[in-house]
Amino acid sequence: MIILKLLIRNAFRHKLRSCLTILGITIAILAFGLLQTVLTAWYSGIDASSSSRLVTRNAISLAHTMPLSYKEKIRMIDGVKAVSPGWWFGGIYIDRKNFFPNFAYEPASFLEMCPEYVLTTDEKLAFIKDRKGCIVGRKTAARFGWKIEDTVTLDGTIFTGKWDFTVRGIYKGKDKNTDETLFFFQFDYLNETIKKTVKQRADQVGFYFISVKDPDRAAEIATAIDKLFKNSYAETLTESEKSFAKHFLSMMEAIIVAIEIVSYIIIIIIMAVMANTMAMTTRERIGEYAVLKTMGFGGRHIATIIFGESFVITALGCILGIALTYPAASIFSKTVGPAFPSFIVQPKSIYLDIAAAMIVAIIAALVPTWQAINIRIADGLRRIQ
Amino acid sequence: MDQPIVEIRNIKKTYKRGNYIIPVLEDITFDIQKGEFLALMGPSGSGKSTLLNLIAGIDKADSGTIRIGDTEITTLSETQLAKWRAANVGFIFQFYNLIPVLTAYENVELPLHVTGLPRKDWRDHVEMALRIVNLTHRMDHYPSQLSGGEQQRVAIARALVTDPTILVADEPTGDLDRVSAEEILQLMERLNAESKMTIIMVTHDPRAANKAHVVKHLDKGILNYDNSEASH
Repeated sequence: MIILKLLIRNAFRHKLRSCLTILGITIAILAFGLLQTVLTAWYSGIDASSSSRLVTRNAISLAHTMPLSYKEKIRMIDGVKAVSPGWWFGGIYIDRKNFFPNFAYEPASFLEMCPEYVLTTDEKLAFIKDRKGCIVGRKTAARFGWKIEDTVTLDGTIFTGKWDFTVRGIYKGKDKNTDETLFFFQFDYLNETIKKTVKQRADQVGFYFISVKDPDRAAEIATAIDKLFKNSYAETLTESEKSFAKHFLSMMEAIIVAIEIVSYIIIIIIMAVMANTMAMTTRERIGEYAVLKTMGFGGRHIATIIFGESFVITALGCILGIALTYPAASIFSKTVGPAFPSFIVQPKSIYLDIAAAMIVAIIAALVPTWQAINIRIADGLRRIQ
Repeated sequence: MDQPIVEIRNIKKTYKRGNYIIPVLEDITFDIQKGEFLALMGPSGSGKSTLLNLIAGIDKADSGTIRIGDTEITTLSETQLAKWRAANVGFIFQFYNLIPVLTAYENVELPLHVTGLPRKDWRDHVEMALRIVNLTHRMDHYPSQLSGGEQQRVAIARALVTDPTILVADEPTGDLDRVSAEEILQLMERLNAESKMTIIMVTHDPRAANKAHVVKHLDKGILNYDNSEASH
């Protein structure tokens, strides 16, 4: 009990220093938690991917296309449930800063494959029936104030020109990981329009989106698809939706790695600050530890006092940092908008915060504790004089 | 004559300073009787504090033996010494060395955490120790709220609370004004007279030494002479 009292009171003996250290830890944990949330948000698309869906693209790269004729051949492969041709459209709404992802798909098969985009039956039918129809996530709809039957015009970047769409449905996500910022429209609208304008690009497909009957057979079916188009002029590469998303993100891997490194550097910096605080406090109290040893207190007691003090300071900083992470994440999410459609502080980020704080507390106290335990009593007492 | 409470035989102690080995104590041999009040005097650097530390078991001699009661402390390991100190030695320092974040009561209670005394008896022991030094009314005060003399009295209570075999004091009046110093010396004298507490005190102050039964003089690590029972 007295040891507990001692370590808590010691933690606030030098109030200014303790408060500044706690503030430093709070900011570090907040920054670490936010950066970890950014990383989680970045990978949320991968986590949300279904194991029963495959993506087939040109084996050379995503920038190369495949013929539309592959669709029926893929559909005929044993185990394939549905196939939809797809295009990344890259349309801009009024201004580049209004970015949201937009894709062309075959509506009926796409809706069948993607139950995570929740729409009413009427909305689904309206989308399927209207060649110029589109469905949009509720976050994007709310962002621009779109309602059902509104006309939305996108400026094409890959497929130039003005493209008009009618909002036929506003979907909401099945769970919190579902991206609610996406915009989907009919593949046929895109294909038939470019048949008239850029004939050589017609009947081409950016990728195929495929669902399989049995997820356990996904790898076997992927191999079968690629085998089918082997030695054709557009050989394919089929992978799971998760792998595809990972591959897509790997193009930005350098940024992700940089964020990860920065988040750990923050922890290393605060570790140095905390170690400095503990070194100073232990140096100041070395005489007191010598007095305790004179009374018969052992290394275990001294270690408890120093580690305890380190834990008290770090725990307070950690609690404040975690408490501030939630409002900070909310502000961050509003500021960056659709760049991170699923910016949610996950339990994993909190666990990492706690683990980082524990590691800081332990490492910061290691050397001071070793010094305090090993100092000769006579030398420790001399420091007081 | 009774068996002495402290038997010091052929103690040698050196310190290493860089490449130099400095002799501090040279072949020290003497006894201290139970209930004796002994003062160790000598100029700075004569080795008196080192000898006190050896007797209190907080430093180790290069050679020789020290027996306190039935225990030869020179053969004990660090862990055994720590346990032995907790049960047998009360230490009074020149600068009181109270823990500033603990009250007078908590400071006195501190040594009981490393003794085998049942927790239910702690309060009685602490209050008794504070009563002896006449500070029960200041038990909830922090060291910063006490005068130097009061802080030293708390330190004495802390040294007494475990009912030690010997009380060692390293210049206990060195940081006090004359009046407070006299109060502390009277208190130590009373403890020795009434409780037959064995006290070993290092001091520069002849007035303090005057309270002791035995005064031993050290010079350059050698026990020069003593004037046993000099003042009594």
